Amino acid sequence: MSAAAAKAKRAVRRPVSIASFAQSENVRRDDQHNEVEMLMPVVAEVFANIGITKNDIDFICSGSSDYLIGGPFSFVTALDAVGVWPPMPESHTEMDGAWALYEAWVLLQEGEIDAALVYSFGRSSPGNLNEILALQLDPYYLAPLWPDPVSVAALQARALIDAGKGSEEDFAAIASRSRKDALSNPKAQVAHDIPVETLLRDEYVVSPLRRHTLPPITDGAAAMVLAAGDKAREWSDKPVWITGFDHRIETHSLGGRDLTSSPSTAKAADVAGVADGPIDVAELHAPFAHQEIILKEALGLDDGVTINPSGGALAANPIMSAGLIRIGEAAARIASGQAARAVAHATSGPCLQQNLVCVLEGE
Amino acid sequence: MSGQTTAEDLGPVTTLATPIRLDFEFTPGVAQSRFLRGLEKGRFVGQRCPTCGKVYVPSRGSCPTDGVPTTEDVDLANVGTVTTYCVVNVPFAGQSIEIPYICAQVLLDGADISFMGLIQQIPTDEIRMGLRVEAVWVEPEELTPSLASVRYFRPSGEPDADYETYKDYL
Ligand SMILES: [Zn+2]
Repeated sequence: MSAAAAKAKRAVRRPVSIASFAQSENVRRDDQHNEVEMLMPVVAEVFANIGITKNDIDFICSGSSDYLIGGPFSFVTALDAVGVWPPMPESHTEMDGAWALYEAWVLLQEGEIDAALVYSFGRSSPGNLNEILALQLDPYYLAPLWPDPVSVAALQARALIDAGKGSEEDFAAIASRSRKDALSNPKAQVAHDIPVETLLRDEYVVSPLRRHTLPPITDGAAAMVLAAGDKAREWSDKPVWITGFDHRIETHSLGGRDLTSSPSTAKAADVAGVADGPIDVAELHAPFAHQEIILKEALGLDDGVTINPSGGALAANPIMSAGLIRIGEAAARIASGQAARAVAHATSGPCLQQNLVCVLEGE
Repeated sequence: MSGQTTAEDLGPVTTLATPIRLDFEFTPGVAQSRFLRGLEKGRFVGQRCPTCGKVYVPSRGSCPTDGVPTTEDVDLANVGTVTTYCVVNVPFAGQSIEIPYICAQVLLDGADISFMGLIQQIPTDEIRMGLRVEAVWVEPEELTPSLASVRYFRPSGEPDADYETYKDYL
């Protein structure tokens, strides 16, 4: 692809703004509320933030996985949290809410609609994640062995160390910094200030991964309102614009990938135009500490970029929502004036198999 | 190593069985817990929408029409109306009731949504829309926070309900 063609490809046809964002408390286990009750206050808040109601929305898209709660069609019943009467166009991705956001964004690009609600709920606690996440692996050769997600991530971390791209000290430093930053995030589940030397005294969970390099198990939900056209200005004095957006996937065969790099992230970053300007803040969905190193390289971020000021997925990892939350957190940094241009990233699948990159800018 | 079976002897693999079983802890939530606790006491508890006034049984915590929390508990009658039904003649795995049997949507008096119930003590060729039925509960010591507390519904002996009373619930 020529440079001009690449530029044309990434051109955003219609500016879309992130008008509002809300997330629930992130907790180890919410055994009080079903998914409708988890979502309802979040949806109410995302509307109340900008003084609108569901009647101002043209389209709804959600992201969740029935496997997490073992509830068939839980994504359909979750719509009860919004109340879709009169009937409204609606869609669902069996993916993180970041991909639901992408679907809504594409529809907004078409110009048929001006506003969309995106939400996701992630209940990681009702089942055994070690078993559930094994089922996203290739069903013939890998899934029947039931490899747990920590062991799979450990293979990647080991490959990273062997390639000289990172060390256990590096992983601990990322975990230490992330959870220290999380102290200023009221929605964080795990936040503390523990120095690297102390963390390195942890036992291995699966070598070379120690407990601090792992994401917490989290129940949580998030919601976002997207706006285009007049509504973008109506709902915000200083809109946060999506100026680049793309997602890419790699083979599901772990053996067919170089686990120490993320070509799908690099490709998405190129199409989204990450390098077209300076990046102030990056919210990266790196559930395991070592994955931040891989993503930072794939996105071409230098050491001047503030990474995961929210604490990232190491502070709270509601599966299916954690990616959408990265985009919400990045947008919040721009809305507050702390950043002019930010990149947000979401991942899905084992070892960063699938990656989404979203560039956000203020005015 | 002669005598050992080789891959060639066995031919290509055409089927791969990978048994999967996942266990979950179900979280009914605040509203549905009230319904389940009601069943444990031998009664149906619904919840009313503060916006449209509709009563859901069980409520999952919100009005699906308005998207607002249902907070007011409503005790419902033990009797209701069959709005629609089917006679099950087909055996299937895990079936616990002798066929043929009747599965019906029952609209409890005071509720604005029907739910599925087993109808017994009536010949299958006499089941009809509008039939008035009452819930038959298990013995008090057998009551649990589960729909298993309702053994079945049976004709209540009242005259059939007028179509006008349930036409909006079909
Ligand atoms: Zn209502």
